This record gives sequence, structure tokens and C-alpha cells, in this order.
Amino acid sequence: MADFVQTLMTALAIGSLYALIALGYTMVYGILKFINFAHSDIVVLGSWISYSLAIKILPVLGLNPHNPETPPPLWVGAVVLLLSMVICGLIGFVIERLAYKPLRRAARLNVLITAIGVSLLLQNVGQLTFVFGSSPQKMPSLIQDRELIRLAFSSGENAQVVVVGLVDVMIFVTSAVLMLVLEYLVFRTKLGTAMRAVSYNPDSASLMGVPVDRVVSFTFVLGSALAAAAGFLFVLKYPTVQQPAHFIWVLLGLKAFVAAVIGGIGNVRGAVLGGFVIAFVEQFGAFYISPNYKDVYVFALLIMILLVRPTGLLGSPLQEKV
Amino acid sequence: MTNSASKPTAASPVLPQITDHSRIGIFQGLWPFAIGIILAALMYAILPNAIGQYYSRIVIDIGIAMIMAVSLNIVNGLTGQFSIGHAGFMTLGGYAAGMITYYGSLLLWDSQAKHGGFLGAGDWMFVASCLVGGLVAAAAGYLVGLPSLRLRGDYLAIVTLGFGEILRVVLQNTGKVLEDSAALRSAKWSQLIPPPVGGALGFDAIPKYTNLFWVYVFLTFTVVIAYRLKQSSLGRAMISVREDEIASQAMGVNVARYKVLAFVLAAFFAGIAGGLFAHESGLNISPNDAGFQRSFDYVIMTVLGGRGSITGVMLAAMILTALPEVLRDFEQYRLIVFALLLIIMMLVRPQGLFGIKEIWQIWPGTGRRTAS
Repeated sequence: MADFVQTLMTALAIGSLYALIALGYTMVYGILKFINFAHSDIVVLGSWISYSLAIKILPVLGLNPHNPETPPPLWVGAVVLLLSMVICGLIGFVIERLAYKPLRRAARLNVLITAIGVSLLLQNVGQLTFVFGSSPQKMPSLIQDRELIRLAFSSGENAQVVVVGLVDVMIFVTSAVLMLVLEYLVFRTKLGTAMRAVSYNPDSASLMGVPVDRVVSFTFVLGSALAAAAGFLFVLKYPTVQQPAHFIWVLLGLKAFVAAVIGGIGNVRGAVLGGFVIAFVEQFGAFYISPNYKDVYVFALLIMILLVRPTGLLGSPLQEKV
Repeated sequence: MTNSASKPTAASPVLPQITDHSRIGIFQGLWPFAIGIILAALMYAILPNAIGQYYSRIVIDIGIAMIMAVSLNIVNGLTGQFSIGHAGFMTLGGYAAGMITYYGSLLLWDSQAKHGGFLGAGDWMFVASCLVGGLVAAAAGYLVGLPSLRLRGDYLAIVTLGFGEILRVVLQNTGKVLEDSAALRSAKWSQLIPPPVGGALGFDAIPKYTNLFWVYVFLTFTVVIAYRLKQSSLGRAMISVREDEIASQAMGVNVARYKVLAFVLAAFFAGIAGGLFAHESGLNISPNDAGFQRSFDYVIMTVLGGRGSITGVMLAAMILTALPEVLRDFEQYRLIVFALLLIIMMLVRPQGLFGIKEIWQIWPGTGRRTAS
């Protein structure tokens, strides 16, 4: 029982990260109908920018940037998070304007290939020595991880203990807040209505006076900001910031994309659902079957869902028009 | 021999002309293979002495990259699907071929070293192992192609990507290589499943049979078969799938069948390339080769060369393989340049350097377009 609860806690924390990243994939797909392969690289940027900001801010407060003796005040974490979200939002905006906007009318395959190009570009520019470099760094701990809740399970003679850490709770709460804000934006505001209109049919939306270009830009900014938040939360939990082309990033992005597809790509709530489904399959599979194959479970689930329900759990069936 | 093509317009792509197969004699059908084999033999005899071992290896790398690019071109170029897991087929074929030569050598000759000289017994076992590697990869290609019955476009791309990643993880969890024939003969079943191919560190100790001759013989077969495929009615059906799936279905083309066929063919050649790769000296095939990064390299080659143009992707494969060797000092910037090339190409010339045309169809005055 204790193991089960512990795995559940990890799955919830990781699932909210997947969900945050999946939201960016799903929003871009919903509006422009292409897989934004460069999205996972925005996550990488988010974590590297968080790292760079953290080691700049900590000395100002008189703390050792690489290994602060006393935990910095909580607002430092919040500032780093917000700044990296803003910076990544801007980068997302620029990428969309330069690389994707000229291809608005091009074949989808071409946009997909461009996205791969952008992804390779971000990875390799990030690896340059004067940008982030190609060696891993250690993120200073902005939040002291401590025991928040202690649950005791008595199974037989010896009681087992589950510890709920502060970082896991922070990840879950921050993601939940961001997702609620997004939910409000998409379903309750005029801009969100415009986004859904463009996703439904860009041509009619533009005839109805929806500024399509601005909506697309806004979508990219929003998705990139969420990706940056995910990047920040990821290095909060796993403090080793790997080099930008490292395959843990790519796997993170891939799994988030799988989450978006499983939930029904283009569907905002589906992405959140998919994120948690993926995390549960991964974590419980790793715990109860074998940790060596945890990536296999995710992709096997993807292929099975695609074969049974090609449009995902919450996606609407695709209508083919000639 | 060929009908003169109708004048191409900007809107419609130039379809290759259909060759009338009934009028090709046995000699006519075989001469490209003969020329290729002779050229390969000449390269094998002359090049290592003329340009040295280091550059010969680059020429081998180019040959393997060309096989990969030309085979991927069948799926991505002719049939218009988007496979981004092509390196997975290559790695699968490489592991299968490596297992055959390594464990075969142990069983037959009690030693993992190369057996026999040029065209000796070991050499033939190597060739057979490459073909088996191709067949194993083709079977995987069938499985990966099957979802294309239900999926299209981006979703299919994700399935191919998932295939490569699954293969990578599975290969990482394989057992240790059995060192000698005694260990192999006394191995229990539990040691053979999963196959003992070295786990995460890769399958070293594969006898290094690959040489210029075999790479370019296999390249000849790949290119001639791919070219004839493109010229045949089969190829035309594939191109029609690429241009418009619904329209070609309405014309009676079995879309799913051609997609699966394209996957199987491409995977077969990729498996052969994997066999050559696994036996190349100085290389060590490892699970990471199945990952998406290597797959992207081949995707870039097909995109830059022109989706559908065999000579175009060969040229791109040659340039993109040789360039990093020339620009060793700028290693950091290599992929930045590739990425920018990819982005700029999509902005200014999305059909690639040559589009669907071959090189001789581009250069005026050397055209075979009016050969009839």
C-alpha cells in the first residue's frame, strides 16, 4: 500500500509536467495542424534560462550561487519562474514569426520539416560554449525540499511510511494553477474564443474578423510559457541540467507529445488527461513490471491507442473531405 | 523505348515515364548491375591505395548513407509518407546481421575473427547476413507499415518514431555478448532470450567484413531497384498516393497496400545498410543508433536532395556525409548549418534541390527526356 501511494505521488508530479508540455503541443496542433517538434526544445530553454537566472540572482542576495547554504526566500523561485516564462514566450513568438508564418499556406509536411529544423537549430545553438555549453550543470536548490506530510501505513508488524515532499507538491500546485488559468483563458475569454474559432476553421474565423496571425502568435507565446514553466519545475525536481541535445530532453518532449496524442490532439483537456495517463502507465509500469522498459510502456500504449482510437481519448472523429 | 512525356507545367509534377518491360531483354535488364559490380571492384582495388585508409572509410560511409537515403526516399519521397524512424530499421538489420556473423563464426570456426580473404567463406557469410538483416528489418517494416491502414501523416510519423525509441530501449536491455564458442555451446536458454548483443554499450566484436566492394555492390542493387521502381507502374501508384490519397483511391489504387509495400522495401534496404554499418571497422553499433537523431540525418538528406529524386538524395547524402569530415574544426557548427539549410530550404525551395526529377532531367542538353 505504501509503495502504491508513493508511486502515485511521483506519477502525479511527473504527470503534471507532461501535461504542461502536452498543452503546448496540443494548442499548436489545434490551430496550425502540425507537430511542433521544436516545443521540447523550448522546455530545455526554460530550464537552462532558469538555471542561468538562478546563478545570477543568488549572488545578489549574498548567497553562493552553486550551493546556497541557507535556502533563498520563496520569491526568488517565483521570479525565476516568471522571468523564464516571459523570455521563452518571446522566443516562441520570434520562432513563429520567422519560421512558421511564411509557411502558413504550405503543405503540412513542409512545416513539419521546418519544425525539425528549428528543433535542431535550438539544440545546437544551445550547445555552443558561449550560450549554455555542452556539459551538464547543477541547478542550485531554490526550494528546500522537506517533509510536508507523513503518512504511515501499517502492514503486518512493521509500519511503512510515505513521505510527501514539498517539491512534489509545489510542482503539482504550480501546474494545476497554470492549467486552471489556461482553462479560463481558452474557455472564458474573448481571446480563447478566437483561438477556438481559428482552430475550428481559420478561413471562416478570419472572415468573421478574428485576427488569425495575432491569435497564432498568442498561442505560441502561451505554449512556450507553459513549456518554460515545465522546464523550471523539471530542474527543481531533477537538479542536473543536462546539455540541450541530451536525449532525456527529447524523451521528455516525446512523452509529452504522446500524452497530447493519447488525450486527443487539439483538445486542451485531453492533453492534461493524457499527461496523467502517461505518467501513471510509466511510473506504475516501472514499479510493478520493470524500470528498464518504462519508455516502452509509453510508446506501446501510444500505438495501441492510435490503432483503437486514432483521434485519442477525447478527440472527435476525423471527417475526411475531398 | 519510352514515350515522350507531356510538357510539364508548373502545377503538375513531372511523372517519370513508364518503361515497357516486355521489350527489355535479359542483357538490357542486367547491365546496370554488371557496371555497378565492376565499378565496385575497381574502387576496392584502387581507392585504398590511392587515397589512403582514412578517406576510403569516408567513401564507405558515403555509400552506406546513400543506401539509407535512397531507401528512405521510397517512403518519404515516392509514397509521400513521413517516416522518422528509418535508423531503427537500420539498427535492427545491423544487429541481426552482426549476430549471424559473430555467433556463426564462433560455431563454424571457433573464432570471432575474420575468416578467409576477399570472396572467401567469411565474406559470403557476411553477405548472407546482410540479406537476412534486410529481411528482419523488412518484417519490422511490415509491422510498422500496418498502422498506416488507419493512420496518416503526422500520426504515422509518430509511430515510426516510437518504433525507433522502443527498439533503442529494448536493445539497451539485452544481455552480455558471449565471448567464445564454449560459452555459446553451453549457453542456457535464459541467456539467449533476450539475445546476447551487448546491452547499452553496443555490440562490439562483430568481425569487420565491410569493404568498398560490398558497400558499392549493395548500393548498386539499391539504386537500380529504386530507379526501376520509380519508373514502373508500381512507382506511379506510389506517386499517386503521395499526390492525393483520396483521388488515387478513387482511381482504384489500393492505398494501404502501397504504403505498406513502401515501408517493407525501404526497411529491407535499410536493414542491409545496417548490416554493412555493423561490420564496418572502427564502428561499434549501439542502441543509440536506433534513436531519432540518426533518423533525422537521413530525413535531412531526402528533404534536401528532393523528395522522389534518387540522384538528388544520393548527392545530398554524399555532401552531408563528406562535409563534416572536411569541416572537422567546425564540428560545433555542423548541425547549426544543417538546421539552417533545412529551414531555408523549406522557405525557398520546399520540393528539395531536384524535386522529383533526376539530375540528367535538370541539366539542359544532357536530357534523356527526348530519348524516344
